[in-house]
Amino acid sequence: MLAVQALTPGAVADNFKSSRQTISKHIQILTECELLKQEQNGREIYYLINAKKMKDVADFIEPFRKMWDDRFNKLENVMKKYKS
Amino acid sequence: MGLKTKIDAEEGKQDLVITREFDLPLELLFKAYVEPEIVEQWMGTKVLKLESKKHGSYHFETSDPQGNVVFRANGVVHEFSPNEKITRTFEMENTPFPVQLEFLEFEKLTDDTSKLTMQIVYKSVAHRDKMLQLPFAQGLNMAHNRLQDVVNKLK
Repeated sequence: MLAVQALTPGAVADNFKSSRQTISKHIQILTECELLKQEQNGREIYYLINAKKMKDVADFIEPFRKMWDDRFNKLENVMKKYKS
Repeated sequence: MGLKTKIDAEEGKQDLVITREFDLPLELLFKAYVEPEIVEQWMGTKVLKLESKKHGSYHFETSDPQGNVVFRANGVVHEFSPNEKITRTFEMENTPFPVQLEFLEFEKLTDDTSKLTMQIVYKSVAHRDKMLQLPFAQGLNMAHNRLQDVVNKLK
């Protein structure tokens, strides 16, 4: 949701069944982890996604994923030859 | 195009889930986990023992070209249902990593495709995160070594 546009915590909460407090807590944690960024606009604080940080987190797991992907690709190739 | 292998590792949990869709019929995918000579081919390790049955156990060993053992792993099988699931433990020998529990579920998607869902449970959140970081750290090490090589050549 925040990837599409910057929103206030209230606007985010309107889209979920959870309470505003719960949503607010989630946003707070994500902001502390720098996965969300804040932007002041008048009296309102808008939140938006921190794309760079999100990518860093994904990159961190990527070598682990790649290791399994390579292993499974090998399995697939071995079995394709086995079949024919 | 979506990634074929996905990792789901939620923050603060001590397990992770690996999913992969294969262009293989379910029976062939499952066979790849059962036949020792096939496991050897795709895992790149020697299979000393592989008893695919409840209460069975397995033992893998990998040597470098000089014949030195560089990797040994073993585990026991808790559940074994052909073309359906394998529940087993996995332990790397002579490493600080404790034993882990693995739930493998095999699913038929179509006649020619199948899916593997592998849940791995670690001793603690910290152990899971360390395992997750291992290939990242190795990659970083390799990059550092390469950097070192380049720097050495400059000297």
